[in-house]
Amino acid sequence: MKFISAIIKPSKLEDVRQALSNLGVQGITVTEVKGFGRQKGHTELYRGAEYVVDFLPKIKIEVAVDSSLVEHVIETIAQSAKTGKIGDGKIFIYDLDQVVRIRTGETGKHAL
Amino acid sequence: MTDFIPKRLFATLLLLLTPSLVSAADTPTLNMANTAWMLTSSVLVLFMTIPGLALFYAGLVRAKNVLSVLMQCFAITCMVSIVWVLLAYSLAFTDGGANNAWLGGLSRALMAGVGVDTLKGDIPETVFAMFQMTFAIITPALVVGAFAERMKFSAMMLFSLFWLLLVYVPICHWVWGDGWLQKMGVLDFAGGTVVHINAGVAALVAALVLGRRKGFPGTAMPPHNLAMAVTGACMLWVGWFGFNAGSALAANGTAGMTMLVTHIGAAAGSLTWMFCEWIRYGKPSVLGIVTGMVAGLGTITPASGFVGPLGALVIGISAGAVCFFATNYMKRTLNVDDSLDVFPVHGVGGMIGTGLTGVFAASALGGVGFAEGVGMGQQVMTQLTAILATLVWSGGMSFLLLKVIDAMIGLRVTPEHETEGLDTVLHNESGYNL
Repeated sequence: MKFISAIIKPSKLEDVRQALSNLGVQGITVTEVKGFGRQKGHTELYRGAEYVVDFLPKIKIEVAVDSSLVEHVIETIAQSAKTGKIGDGKIFIYDLDQVVRIRTGETGKHAL
Repeated sequence: MTDFIPKRLFATLLLLLTPSLVSAADTPTLNMANTAWMLTSSVLVLFMTIPGLALFYAGLVRAKNVLSVLMQCFAITCMVSIVWVLLAYSLAFTDGGANNAWLGGLSRALMAGVGVDTLKGDIPETVFAMFQMTFAIITPALVVGAFAERMKFSAMMLFSLFWLLLVYVPICHWVWGDGWLQKMGVLDFAGGTVVHINAGVAALVAALVLGRRKGFPGTAMPPHNLAMAVTGACMLWVGWFGFNAGSALAANGTAGMTMLVTHIGAAAGSLTWMFCEWIRYGKPSVLGIVTGMVAGLGTITPASGFVGPLGALVIGISAGAVCFFATNYMKRTLNVDDSLDVFPVHGVGGMIGTGLTGVFAASALGGVGFAEGVGMGQQVMTQLTAILATLVWSGGMSFLLLKVIDAMIGLRVTPEHETEGLDTVLHNESGYNL
């Protein structure tokens, strides 16, 4: 099993969510985050006091998937989150040791 | 056609009216129209502080300090109100006997002698005292902007209390309480000196004595809620009609013209700042336009009852431009941390306005004209004297007060507390529990 964490642009959340749903991925966690890679921020000015705002709002999507689906999921996220412009984000893949469904106690693949 | 009112009946009516016409000349009677307007004006000016100024300032600071600013404005309102009726009103507006040039007396302390029917002019004295109280409230509240985000609440209360009595009251007496500046013929309709230069200079001194906020100017400290700040600013524009037009102390043509020129000052100041910013920085901002509005209003304040619409236009444009440059100069060149720009907006604006009043009061320029035998040159000198006197007294006394209070209890919170935020540290509260 793998744990996939993807940082994407907030405007692409709906597209990614829809695409993953079409793939059959049933559970996803979404967090609002701030960050930057190579994308530049913007300047704000208040009565002459100028500030460079480096951090940009992003969305972090986390999904746990079975190893057989990993390549599909990565491809799907990458395609649906892409705009072609700087700041599209990154996908991180972790090994997932164990999963437990709290309500039933199921573990492993059956808990995904 | 026969007369509807027979001659005899008309004569009888006239006879019945005559006593009241005679008594109006002998003893002042209550003018209901003026009283109604002054009651309303008092409400408008109180509204300027709570919540107008309170929201304006609160929106401009960081979220962790939003409550501290609201608390300061509110607490000052309460404290000044009480001190006003106990002592300050009397010291400002009664006859001080031998020292009347400098300070009033105690004849109205505890509002002694002020009953339900007591008049001051043709309005109840209670209403006059109330109206003036709202000015005494907003002036120390303005100073709050200079030391926002780093001053101890206890020190602020102590400072505001003594500042009211030792700085505001004397200057108010000099200009409006039959003191030396009024006798000299200074023209300050609604508080260019008493309120704006006074608060502005005290603010500058406070900013310098307290020192910069931790992290200034490198750390970003943008306003946490500009929507709130703009809301408060708009309330200031509306309330200012009470501030200026109410200073006519009557519901008459002077009040009407004052209202008109006040409005022009606001609009002109706003647009001028907006265009200055647009040209210099590439984009017009909402903070800029409302700051221009405050600058325009503060600057027209001393002139408001003396100038005409075109004079107001010139004054408003001057305010927008000069205060814009002053603000940028203080922030970017001098690096003084007058957190909410009280000096460049109110101080500088008040000085320009008080000076220009001496010019645009001229009837040739649409104003009401100078006093008998007084020319523009002499009037401008009088205005400059008032500006200087205010600068010296407010600056000097504010400095002294701050130093004494600093020695007694300390003015600033600790750096750790400053980082954590005044709301939790000083008030055990959080502005937003989202």
